[in-house]
Formats: sequence, C-alpha cells, structure tokens
Amino acid sequence: MAKKTECIAMLLAGGQGSRLGVLTKNIAKPAVPYGGKYRIIDFPLSNCVNSGIYTVGVLTQYQPLELNGYIGNGGPWDLDRADGGVHILSPYQQIEGTEWYKGTANAIYQNIQFIDRYNPEYVAILSGDHIYKMDYAKMLQFHKEKDAACTIAMLEVPWEEASRFGLMFTDGDGRITAFEEKPKNPKSNKASMGVYMFTWDKLRKYLIEDENDPASSNDFGKNVIPAMHEAGERLFAYGFDGYWKDVGTIDSLWEANLDLLNPKVNIDLSDTTWKIYGRGANSAPQYIADSAVVENSIVTAGSDIEGKIDYSVLFSDVTVEEGAFVDYSIVMPGAVIKKGAVVQYAMVAENAVIEEGAVVGENPEKCADLEKWGVSVVGPNVTVGKNAVVKAQSMISEDVKEGETV
Amino acid sequence: MMPKNVLGIVYSNSYDACLEALTARRTMGSVPFGGRYRLIDFPLSNMVNCGITKVGVIANSNFRSLMDHIGSGRPWDLSRKVDGLTMLPPFTPTTADSSNRIDSLYRIMDFISHSKQEYVLLMDANFVCNMDLSKLFDFHSKKNADITMGYCYGQLPKLQNQAVIEVDGDSKITSVGIDVKTASDVSYIANVVLIRKALLERLIGDAQSYAYTSFEKDIIQKNVNTLNIYGYKIEEWNCTIDSMNTYFAANMELLEKSARKALFKSDSPVYTKVRDDMPVVYGVSSSCKNSLIADGCLIEGTVKNSIIFRGARVAKGAVVENSILMQDAFVGEDAKLNCVVMDKNTVITPKKVLSGDKNYPLFVGKEIVI
Repeated sequence: MAKKTECIAMLLAGGQGSRLGVLTKNIAKPAVPYGGKYRIIDFPLSNCVNSGIYTVGVLTQYQPLELNGYIGNGGPWDLDRADGGVHILSPYQQIEGTEWYKGTANAIYQNIQFIDRYNPEYVAILSGDHIYKMDYAKMLQFHKEKDAACTIAMLEVPWEEASRFGLMFTDGDGRITAFEEKPKNPKSNKASMGVYMFTWDKLRKYLIEDENDPASSNDFGKNVIPAMHEAGERLFAYGFDGYWKDVGTIDSLWEANLDLLNPKVNIDLSDTTWKIYGRGANSAPQYIADSAVVENSIVTAGSDIEGKIDYSVLFSDVTVEEGAFVDYSIVMPGAVIKKGAVVQYAMVAENAVIEEGAVVGENPEKCADLEKWGVSVVGPNVTVGKNAVVKAQSMISEDVKEGETV
Repeated sequence: MMPKNVLGIVYSNSYDACLEALTARRTMGSVPFGGRYRLIDFPLSNMVNCGITKVGVIANSNFRSLMDHIGSGRPWDLSRKVDGLTMLPPFTPTTADSSNRIDSLYRIMDFISHSKQEYVLLMDANFVCNMDLSKLFDFHSKKNADITMGYCYGQLPKLQNQAVIEVDGDSKITSVGIDVKTASDVSYIANVVLIRKALLERLIGDAQSYAYTSFEKDIIQKNVNTLNIYGYKIEEWNCTIDSMNTYFAANMELLEKSARKALFKSDSPVYTKVRDDMPVVYGVSSSCKNSLIADGCLIEGTVKNSIIFRGARVAKGAVVENSILMQDAFVGEDAKLNCVVMDKNTVITPKKVLSGDKNYPLFVGKEIVI
C-alpha cells in the first residue's frame, strides 16, 4: 500500500463541449483557450496546486491529443512529482471488456484502482469546464469539520438564472436537505458548482453500488449524490462567493473573456498569491507600433499590433495590421487580422486569417434585428477572404472566399 | 561535427565591470534585456537550439540572481539525467577574478576533462545574438581548424583585452591586435570560440604554469602562427554590451522590426525562465506607441519608445518615454520619465519628473524608491 495521501483530485476533462461548435472540433473543452494565455483546465489544475493537492488524475476521453500534449508531465503546474503529480487517465481495456466512460461517476468508478494506489482519505471531484479561483483546502477543512460524506461547492446565482443549474436546499447548518435539477420555477438559488469533496471510503461504496444498478446513468448529479442523500449520508453545501463561470457556450466563453476587462468582476489574474499556471508559448514581448491604438484590452506575448484594439482579449502571437480594428472580440493564438479588416463582437480561433478589408461580426447597436444578433465565430485555421463579411451569429469552419458574405 | 559532441561553456561574469551599475548585485549573465530576458539566455539558447546537450556556466561572483534565473536549466531543456546544465561557482571561499579567463577555465578543468564531449565552445554573456552555431561547427570541420573564433565587423567594443584580427582569403587569422586604438570599423572577435578539448586542456595547462591571465593575448595572439586559428564571420544581427550606452542602445534597437526579426525567430526561440504572469492589461485611458511590452504589465498611462519588462506598472497619467522599465518597476500617477533605466522593483512615486539623455540614460538602481 502506498504512502497515505490525505486528498487527491480527479478532474473530469472528457467533455466534448459540443455547444462550443468549431472551437471544440479537434480539442476537448478543457483545452479551449481562455484569457489571453490560459486554457480552461489551467484553472482547476492551478487551484489544486495552490490548495496543496499534488496528486491529480485527469480523466480524458473526447479528442485527448491536444490536452495530453498540453498537460505533458505537468511541469508548468509544478505537478511533475516523484510521488503523485498529474496523471492522464483514459479509458482502457479490461478483462471483462472495454468501455468508454459512460458518465461522470463511471469515469471515477473505472479508476478506483488508481485512487486506491494513493490510499487517500478524501477525493475532490472537479470539472474542467469552469473558470474560477477556489481554495479546495478550505473546502476540505469545512468537509472535515462537518464530518460530511460529501461536500458540494455552492454558489448563490441570480434568481433569473437559477433554472439553468442543479439547485440545493440547506438547513441552518449548511446540511443539504433537498435537491432540484434545473427546475422551471426555482425555489432556491443555491447552485452546485460541480466541485465535490468526498470521503473516499463512502464514495467508493456508492460508486460500486451505482455501477451495479443497470438503471443508473452513472452520473454524480443525477445518481450518486441523490443515492447518498436517500441513504441518509451527511451532505453539506460549501458556500463560495468568488467569480465562477461555466464557459460551455459561445456566449459565455466570450463573456468570460471580456469579464477580465470589467473592473467590477472579481477575477484578478495578477494576484501573485494565487497564480494561474499554464504551458505558455515562449514568445518574445509584444510590440505595439506607432500606428497602434490599444485601449482597455488584454494583449499577450508575441503579438504585433499596428491597428486599433478596444475592449478585446488577444492571445499570444496575434498580428493586427495597420488600419485593422478589433472591438469587443477574442482573438486566439497565432491569428492574423490584416490591413483594414474589422473584427467586432467575435471570436477568432487559433491561426485563423482575416484578410484585408474583411468584416467579422456585427455591433449589436447597429444591428437592425437584435433577435438575429450573436457573437460570430471563425474556426481554427480558417481564412476569411478579402472584403468578405461574416455576419452576426455565424460560425465558420471552412474558408470564406473573397467578397463572400456568410 | 555532432553538436552533441560539443561542450558549451558560458562566462556569466564576462566584463561585469563595464556595466557597473547593472552588475552591482548580479552577473553580466543575469542583466535583464529585451523585456523578458537575461543576457545569458542568448548564449544558452544558441547552444541548445543547435543541439548542444551539455553546458557549464562559469560563475565567479555575484551569482545568486543567476542561480535563481537558471535553476535546474529546465527552460532551456537542460534539466537532464545525461548531460544538461551545470553551474560552476568558485571552489574556494575567496572570490575568483572573473576578468582572468585562463584562471577561470583552469579552475573548471576537471569539469571539462570529465565531459565526454570532444569539443568545447566558449561564449560570453555580453554578446547578444541569435546565431546558427551549427554553421560555425561546419566551418570548423571544413577548415580543419585548431581553433575557430567568431568575429564581427564594425565599431570596436570598448572592452579589456578586446582582440582585433586580420584574416586571409581562406579566413585564417593572420594577426591579432589587442586593445587597438581605432575609430574605424574593424574585425573584432566576439568571444565565440570553438576548440578541441584536448588542445584547450594543453593550452590552459601551459598558460597557467606561466601564470598567464589573458586568453586573447597569451593564447590566441601567441599561437597565431603556430596553430590553425580561423575566423568565422558572424553575419547575424548582434550586439556586444560594453557600457550602459550600448546596453541602452541595443535595447532600443529592438523597437526596429529588423532587429526583432533577427533576434526573435520562431524556429530558434530565445528561452528564458517562465514567470507565469498574466497577459498585459491596457487600461481605459492608456496610450502605447512603438514599445516592447512583456507579460504581466499593467499600462494605464502613456508609454512611448520604451522597453517594459515583466510585471511593470505605469499608473494613470504617467508618461514613460525612451525608457527601460525592468521587472516589477512601478511608475506612479502623473510621473514623467524620459531616457530612464529603472532596475528591478524600483518605484517612482506620483508626480515625479526624471529625465536623462539618450547618450546618458538616468539609472535608478534595484529596489530604489524615488
């Protein structure tokens, strides 16, 4: 038996993120770029390290190539460890046959052996889809104080959004009394953040029971946690009041990026006591030319800016030529915006090229029909031809010819 | 010649004295350069980019900041089980004389001798260049040279023992002048030296027994007629730091596209220690023109013709022109800076006005608060 580890983390990173469309065509959702130099998975991974959790299993399934390469040996997160560290856990062949991860709970079930190797007292189950900074050590402390079997991180969301979440009801002590899954008329605004802390021997038992139930869809939220609740286990809600955002849709990903420019939003990435680590590109400093106008924006290393940028997030090695204008947009690594092109209210994916005079996206204030307005997306490696127009809400995965409107 | 068969040696204290202000508390190798680099990143990156797998860094004095920067050598991919990077601090408690190159090499002779590499490449930390060293290796083999010295053509750097050379049509060095007084462009050696290990061992052993101190005078100049010493012309953009003025000018030259293109190439990147800073944030009222800005900066004021290192901050209303702000420097509200070099962790409090001249930049030493 291995040396005892108090707490390890299992990070669910197998999601396809189908609502992100072209952005997740070739990569898993946790590998989607965010915030200029990060990828979504940097947040839970950095949270782990900053919380003192040095053993992390990353469960991958959908398009893992990019993610595997990105995580590598875990060095950028200080997770290249002699004991523990980061492990990529993909589905594998077993004597009784091979199975994909059928659900979140099944993914953990299939890796019981991995967890047992570290012999932990507690296991944190995290998801690779959220942007937030959270101290799991404090949550663990709460979990221990309450002598809980499971602690669920909980965020009070605005009432009008509550129906999108799994909701909880708690008593005065924080103990969960009931659940409600995405109700039409919510009676609670205490939403689950998809961050769980379990006492491992309890979770282990319920995972095995869940696996033996053929009717179960092997999901934490739908099956395992309700089962624990019914059996009378002590479930607690751990209140969190920082910034947290599910970046599962184009709109939310776009907003979450622009949130970094909003002084009212509490996600300070410059905080040296809670750094977000990532495998950054080794690029030279950015160059801002004489002709450039850069205001209220985030720009990352290796970029070469000659045009105008306002309220936008530019990733590494982006080129914005003279006379080009980037407004309310997200431009991912290596993209090129040529002379006189306009990118507004849009997301331009990695290595895309916007040729001279092309216009991507529409300003909602100038949009005749607001119903038809939405963020435009240009997929990775796509070229938008000269003077072409990419309309609001369009999602482009193929090259756009010169002068074409899509 | 296989690059694997070449042992790289970098002098981190090379000519510390010529940059007194910046090297008061660090080595030449750890002098910040170009927004996010330290000078030693250039020779180290040149070496690993051409395939060298083993590098020794000679550090004779003031090397704590260098050790912090280099760590295990991982940013250069030199943290390895086989070969990799080795710091070579002095063996004895007394500080070694870093201007004495022969002694510096003599003291690390066991390291050199125990290396399995057959050749040794010596480089200086004050030479900024992104060069393809494999061409120099090919040159060395083709000429069947005993020693190959990289040289540049231009204004002579004002450095102690600076050698000026003449080469014949075959690139063989025919004469070596030391500390020549000249105002015209000349061929001067850039202290990129390739030599067979066995020969280096012999030359250094002999020189040490005669108590010689100058590699250029006592080894190169004395042997110019007896050994096959060849000059390899370095055509790439380069700069030899020999004073605060050249340091300032070389940084400023990076605002030219041609210099940036020549120094920062995607197929031979310059590696440096990772800091995990966030990207640069430009505030609502900010203005930035013709400047090089590294990650982690917060620009709320005006920045013009400047080099801003990682984590520096320019507050609202502040104006920074023709200046170099090193790591985590802070310029307070409405302060005005022109031709200023701010070292690491310095603070200019609000409304202060500081001005130097392009030929005499005003220097604010490490951790000073004005």
